[in-house]
Order: sequence, then structure tokens, then C-alpha cells
Amino acid sequence: MSAQSTAAIPSADVWRPSQTRRRWSGWLFYGLAVVSTLMGLVMLGALLFDIVTDGAGQVDWHFLTNYPSRIADNAGLRSALLGSLWMLAFTAIIAFPLGVGAAIYLEEYAPDNWLTRFIQLNIANLAGVPSIVYGLLGLGLFVRWLALGRVVLAGSMTMALLILPLIIVASREAIRAVPDSLREGSYALGATRWQMVRQTVLPSAAGGILTGTILALARAIGETAPLITIGALTYVAFDPNGPLDIFTVLPIQIFNWVSLPQKEFHSLAAGGIVVLLVVLLTANSLAVYLRYRMQRRLQ
Amino acid sequence: MDSLKSLPRAHPAADAAASEPAGLDFTRSRRDSLRRKLVERSVHAVLFLCALISVLTTTGIVITLLGETILFFGEVPIVDFLTGTRWTPLFASKSFGVLPLVNGTIVVALVAIVVAVPIGLLTAIFLSEFAPARLRSVVKPVLEVLAGIPTVVYGYFALQFVTPILRDIFPQTQIFNVASAGIVMGFMILPMMASISEDALRAVPRDLREGAFALGATRFEVVSRVVVPGALSGILAAVILSISRAIGETMIVAIAAGLQPQMGFDLLRSMETMTAYIVQVSLGDTPQGGIEFRTIFAVGTLLFVMTLVMNLLSDLLVRRYREAYE
Repeated sequence: MSAQSTAAIPSADVWRPSQTRRRWSGWLFYGLAVVSTLMGLVMLGALLFDIVTDGAGQVDWHFLTNYPSRIADNAGLRSALLGSLWMLAFTAIIAFPLGVGAAIYLEEYAPDNWLTRFIQLNIANLAGVPSIVYGLLGLGLFVRWLALGRVVLAGSMTMALLILPLIIVASREAIRAVPDSLREGSYALGATRWQMVRQTVLPSAAGGILTGTILALARAIGETAPLITIGALTYVAFDPNGPLDIFTVLPIQIFNWVSLPQKEFHSLAAGGIVVLLVVLLTANSLAVYLRYRMQRRLQ
Repeated sequence: MDSLKSLPRAHPAADAAASEPAGLDFTRSRRDSLRRKLVERSVHAVLFLCALISVLTTTGIVITLLGETILFFGEVPIVDFLTGTRWTPLFASKSFGVLPLVNGTIVVALVAIVVAVPIGLLTAIFLSEFAPARLRSVVKPVLEVLAGIPTVVYGYFALQFVTPILRDIFPQTQIFNVASAGIVMGFMILPMMASISEDALRAVPRDLREGAFALGATRFEVVSRVVVPGALSGILAAVILSISRAIGETMIVAIAAGLQPQMGFDLLRSMETMTAYIVQVSLGDTPQGGIEFRTIFAVGTLLFVMTLVMNLLSDLLVRRYREAYE
């Protein structure tokens, strides 16, 4: 420590800075920090403004209920919205129990040994794997090896694996926040470990777990690359009606419209983005609301 | 007392104990406890399997990627793949040198880093050293919104908003270009860079700051000579994680950077990244099982290895600063 600071500050006979310069460099630096912080905010504003001005006019009932079309005026999001809904529903069904189960195990059951540490390291690393690699996993494992084909279920399983680390991390935090006095009270009444978890820990942690799950699902709504990789279609002019139907999703439809050279389709893409952002905003508000309610209840 | 009240309902075991006179009907209670033990064991096993899924996922990724990649290297020598400078697997005259894709990936990532690191670090310094708590509690979540926006939206923004501006300034800019994809990607990464750096800055103990102030240092001198050097390993971890994120990012480059694998550093031209190539093949009608199809797994393996190494490295650095101060 002391060696470090003497190294960092030159000896007094060399160091004769001008006070004005010190003051000015301080202000300059402060200005730079403020401007940098503003840049992120300004960029966000520009992005939202650009998209709303390009796309808000597109969004009406026809846009939401028409199939995509080669004629821009008739094109809509119907199949993409339904596809996203199906994909999301099955992703939730798969990822929620697995994620919460893993979190319960790691917080309430896991012994402190190499296997537990290995599992934790694994989860941390999985969170950093690029999403497109999950797409390759889904393509190799679900689409080809399980021979599911390019269907909703294959997409959901891929997406479930992708968001699993997020759900596990959020659920673990929620479970950890439950005070030990509750656990001890439950044990004192003669509960077994599972009874204690089910009747005491889970109800108390439910808000946090739900919040984390909603945020993870919001991530799944916006993901594009893994679903393109498993072979979700870019043009679907029928309703997907179940987990074994081929499908497209909202972001892929947007991607498809952005990639077309005609300007009309670019406005459609902006319209699609407005819809996507509204969906995400709703999900996030719900998560914030749940977190708020949970905090109030704990107090 | 409160904690007892919030117990959701009366405990079944407690009920059972209350309704049965103690010491009678031993067979039943023994059967009950046997049943409970069975439930406990199976729940434990099921929960363990849930946790094991993460290990299975990693195993699945490695096996899927390696399986196809080994088949690929059966047909294309690994040296040709890693050192070749021509990437034309979808053309009639096939060539499998991956370097143009790596080149594109690195150039885009560099642009993103040049944007994200200085702005992110200065934002982190502002939030941790200058901003009053209330301002910070407003600015931080708003910045986090940037991280929650789907990447396809950034792709649209790069192509439809940033590229036209670039073309106004530099008329030779191609419609698909590295610069606009990289700049926008930089802003996507910004919140992550800022938030990890801020954690690192905040982990520097107050005493060090106060010691420096007591020696008469200005705030700028405290930040630049005490706080930032003290948080350096954490900041470095943030930079590495940002690079890793930039390398793995897909939709922005697939939309805005184009699909032309080429070497070089001209930011105003189109380049193809590894991720964009995987998307390109996935969108086309490449038959599954052929050599063209296997290329995406070989490229995916390379991508996976590159990001994994960087993630582990950054993890190591974060651990180091935690050890230093906690």
C-alpha cells in the first residue's frame, strides 16, 4: 500500500503544479464525465425518437392482425405475434421450474463441495456464452438429434437454456433474502426441509423469483439470433397452432423487413419495433411493480 | 412474532400431531415418517437434477460444436482454416480460411470498445465519484434500459439512423459498414461497461480517498491517481467482458455491417463477422449435413473458445480485486 502511494506521487521537490492548472483540469474532467454520462442518455433518446417517428404511424389493428405480405400496405405481424406467444409460453413452462429448482437446490440443499462449486462456475460461464452459440446447440441437439425440426418447441427449449442462468441467479438472490428466522421457525414446528422450503421460503421469495423470471422472459422475447440459427422461418403466412408447428417470432419478422431493400418495409420494421418495445415495456413495468409490492410486504 | 405470523398456513405436521393423541397408533406415524422420508429424498434428487442441467448444457454445447467441427476438420485441414485469408465456402470455388471473418469480428469489436470503454468508464466515475445519490438513482436505471433493448432494434438504428449520418460526413461510406455497426454496438455494451467499472470503483475503500484528500489532492487527482489505479483490475475485467460481448453480438452486425468477408481495417466498408456468417448460412437453404453446413459449427466453436477464454480471464480479474479489498 505505502509503496504504491509513494510511487504514484512524485517527490515534493519535482512536483510544483500551478494551482490554476490543477483547478482547470479538475473542471475539465468533471465536464468530460458529465458529457459522457449524457451521451448514453442522448443516444437512448435518439434511438427511441427515431423509432417512434418512423414506426408509430404503422401500428394499427390491421398491422397487428394481418399476415406478412409482399405488398407492404397489407403486411402485418399476426403470425409473428402468435409465434412469439407460443414460443414464450413453452419457454416459461420449461425454464421456470428448472431455474427455480436449481436455485432452491443451490441455496437450500447443496453441500459445499467441488460439485456445487463446479455447477456454480458453470452457471456463471453459461451467462457469458453468446446467444448464437445456444442457437447452434439447439440446432444440433433439438432440431437434428431429437429430430424435432424447426418447430416452436425446439425454439422454446433453446431459449429456455439461454435464459436459465438469468432465472437461477435472480431466484437465488430472492431465496437468499428470506431471513433465517423464518426457516428456523418452520423447523421448530417440525417441518422437514422440503416442507420448510415449500411453505416458508418459496412464498416469501415468490415476488423476487417472479420478477427475475419476467425479466428473463423479456430477454427471450427480444432474442433473434438463436432462433434464426435453429431455422425459424422468416416468412410465415399462417397461424402456428401448437408446439410442433413451424413458426416465426416478432424480432425475426422485424429483421426480415429491415433486410428488404424497399423503404416501405423499413417503416414496417419500425412499426414492429414499436410493438416489440411496448411489449417489453409492459413486461418490465410488471416486474418493477412486483418488486415494489414485494419490498413493501417485507417491510 | 411477525415472522411466525407470516408463515402461510398451519403446518400439516403440526395438525397431525394435534389431532392424534401422542404415543398411539405407531404404525401410522411410522408409515407417515417413511413416506415423508421418501418425499424428501425424491425432492432432493429432482432439485439436484435441475441444478445439473447447467452442466449438461455446457456439455451439450461442447459436444454439439465439437462433433460437427471434427467432421469439418476431416475435410479441411485445421491449419488452412485458421491461417487462410479467403473465405468462400458458399461459392463454387470453395476456400475455408476463417481469417477474414475473424478480422471483421475484431474490427467491429474494436470500434465498439473505442466507444464503450471511455464513455462507460467516465460514466462510472461520474456515478460513483461525482453524482449525488438521487441523481445516480435516476440515471442508472435509465442507462440500464440501453442494455435491455433487443439487438435487432439496434441493428435497425445503425442502418437507418447512424449510417445515413456517416454517409453525409464521409460520402464514400458503404450502405453496410463496420463503423455504424461498431458505434451502435458500443452504446449497447455501455451499460455493462459502466456498471462493472462502477462496482470496481466503489469497492475502493473510502480511507484511500480520504487519505488523498487529506494530502490536499483535488477530486480529479484523487480519482485519477488513487481510485482508478485501485480499481484497475476490475476495470480491466469490464473491458475484457465488453470485448467478449462485442465478439458474440450478432444481429447488429448481421443487419448493419454486411456480408462480405474481407481483410483490412477500412471502417467505412462492409465486413462480415463470424456471427453474421452463421446467420447468413442459417437464413439460406444450405442443406444440413454438407460441408457448407459444418462451417457454421467450426466458426461457432472458434467463437465459443474466444468468448470463453475472455470470460474466464475477466472472472479471474474480478476475483482479484474482491480479494484485495474484502
